[in-house]
Amino acid sequence: MKKNILMTTALAAGLGMVAGAAAAQEIRFMCYSDGNECEVYDDVLTRFEADNPGVDVIVDVVPYQAILENLPVQLAAGTGPDIAKVTDLGGLNEYYLDLAPYVDAGYWTDSFGETLNWYRAGADDAGIYGMHSQLTITGPFVNATLFEQAGVELPGAGASWDDWAAASRAVAEATDADFAMAIDRSGHRVAGPAVSYGAQYFDAEGNGQLVDDGFTAFAEQFVAWNEDGTMARDVWAGQGGATYQDAAQEFINGELAFYYSGSWQVGRMDDQVGDFFDWRVVGSPCGPAGPCSGMPGGAGVVGFSQTEHPEIVAAVIDYLAQEEVYAEVAARTRNLPAHLGVAGAGVEFEGASPAAQAALTAFAADLENVSPIAFAYQGYAGNRAMFGITVERLSQAIVGELTVAEAMERAASDLAAAMAETQ
Amino acid sequence: MLRIITPIMRIVEIPMLALQRLLGINRLAWAFLLPNLVLFGLFAFLPVIVNVFYATTGGDNVLLVDRPYVGARNFDNLMDCSNFLDPNSCREDKFWRAVWNTTWFVTLQVGIMVGFSLLTAIILNRDIRARGFFRSVFFFPVLLSPVVVALIWKWILQREGVLNAFLDWTGVGGINWLVDAQWAFGWSVFISVWAHMGFYTLILLAGLQAIPRDVYEAATMDKASPWRSFRRITLPLLSPTMLVVLVLALIKGVQTFDEIYAFTGGGPGTATTFIIQYIYEEGFAGAPRLFGLAAAASLLVAGVLVVLTLVQLWINRRNADV
Repeated sequence: MKKNILMTTALAAGLGMVAGAAAAQEIRFMCYSDGNECEVYDDVLTRFEADNPGVDVIVDVVPYQAILENLPVQLAAGTGPDIAKVTDLGGLNEYYLDLAPYVDAGYWTDSFGETLNWYRAGADDAGIYGMHSQLTITGPFVNATLFEQAGVELPGAGASWDDWAAASRAVAEATDADFAMAIDRSGHRVAGPAVSYGAQYFDAEGNGQLVDDGFTAFAEQFVAWNEDGTMARDVWAGQGGATYQDAAQEFINGELAFYYSGSWQVGRMDDQVGDFFDWRVVGSPCGPAGPCSGMPGGAGVVGFSQTEHPEIVAAVIDYLAQEEVYAEVAARTRNLPAHLGVAGAGVEFEGASPAAQAALTAFAADLENVSPIAFAYQGYAGNRAMFGITVERLSQAIVGELTVAEAMERAASDLAAAMAETQ
Repeated sequence: MLRIITPIMRIVEIPMLALQRLLGINRLAWAFLLPNLVLFGLFAFLPVIVNVFYATTGGDNVLLVDRPYVGARNFDNLMDCSNFLDPNSCREDKFWRAVWNTTWFVTLQVGIMVGFSLLTAIILNRDIRARGFFRSVFFFPVLLSPVVVALIWKWILQREGVLNAFLDWTGVGGINWLVDAQWAFGWSVFISVWAHMGFYTLILLAGLQAIPRDVYEAATMDKASPWRSFRRITLPLLSPTMLVVLVLALIKGVQTFDEIYAFTGGGPGTATTFIIQYIYEEGFAGAPRLFGLAAAASLLVAGVLVVLTLVQLWINRRNADV
């Protein structure tokens, strides 16, 4: 009798577990980290799971390369995750789950404003697809200690690229620093400077356009700076293809006076430079065409229409978009908030030194100088193709495989071919 | 044991005899080959067929049903050149840069590697001290992962690497090896030779050891010089092994990707971009993903490899006939 009771209990428990497992709704969240984002999301989503019994959100931490290369293939094959943190905001639009039917559209519009457009297919699209989780802006870091040692004044607000180039060269010469300037090897990173030189990036019909007088003027100057040693040649010439390469390590090592990168590097600078030298963030330099524009960007959390649980996916993203949760994540990850309410209230970044806090504040202040062209370019579906072409062809001009004119001709034809393939 | 196996075999015999009656003795071999053929077809032939479909379609969709048929357009784009020797005159200039880089790389790498492997094998075949140790030393790089090889050499050759630190210390002054196109290409060849020559040395060593000693003893009695023995005995008797080494090295050279990609990323510019990297970047790393163009390029590479293999078979048969 006792044995029978034990067996019945075990069977019931087993069946209960099976039923529970069947009822549990598993959501896969493909996440990459610049710092601790995935770790924080995992922690925050534990509370969501507690509030929603039966929902299991699994945060799969992957390298950034997997988001760029594997995720699109998985989505095309119908084997993608339910949620992902992406940077190709407009490029993956065809796979996005429209959250509008599941969330308070008014709250989302008020909270995320223009960044919602970055995820849309075009002007006619009113869907809500992504929560911009990490607003970034490109801009320069300067080694203030090197400037001070060289006795060179930091060019003030409104200084041009030429002013910064002259000052950085003077610093490098006076201090024996290895490099005066460096810009990350990325099409995104040079977009802000190119806009400052007059690049339009769109034709009259709103189609992507890479080569114009402004872009060519920037390309000529950039190649010249690489040739005369103003720019660290290693960064762009030391790699092939469209491979990303930054110059953060050179800056951290104190070998570089002026480093053009972006707000996501603040944490790294804060952790690794420490009190080795005094570093600052200054606004993006101005170009001959007028704008002193950086390039906005960042990452967002999106759901995919191929999910089997659209309501839950929308609920998870909506939970992360709530002001108090978003503010907590921004503070813990030390990312600039795209949530207008959170940005308006200000964020006390956790564990940030005064230098890092000042740097993030400086980047946030520079957001108002972002040119509308740069803002639109960030949300353009074809921008990844344009970024890649920019890197490949500019690199070829820098190493002398092509003249600048030939590189521009190739860039234009590459883009035309890419557009033709995707239509 | 036999008492167990015999009844089992009798049971197996019944369906086999039935199958034999059904198919006939000659066709029965196909029945035995079928499992292997299915697996081979699934994992070797099917991908080739799918690749052909991709090569004849356009767009950036992964699924074949969503891809428009474009005929030979991808091949036309690749072959659209006014002068094949000048990549700048080609529509797909990156493809032709990769083709010429690969051609130069394979020529230099295979030539140098086979030469050094032969020299090393001859030395290691002699009765030298610590022979076992040296054999291990030359074979060791073969055991390393390509990415490890690339990272070791990148660490040595980067601007603030070990080699430049040494050159600075000696007063010669460092060189930015990986930013100069010629140096980067030269080092790519060197690293590839360093990483792979142990494997070919091993094959050649086995070939040398298969040559009967008495042939050399006879040559010595005839007062043949070492050089004459090498030309008249070693080289002819080693030629079948040399042929295998040459063809294997050629095929492997054309397929070079991982270690150079991790080492230079294909740069500076396109100086060390080889054909497989071109295919990878067009098909997977770039935007949009031009699967059709990548598939067409891969079929052209496959064609070259098939030709190389046929040449090997032809030379093998010719040698056998002689």
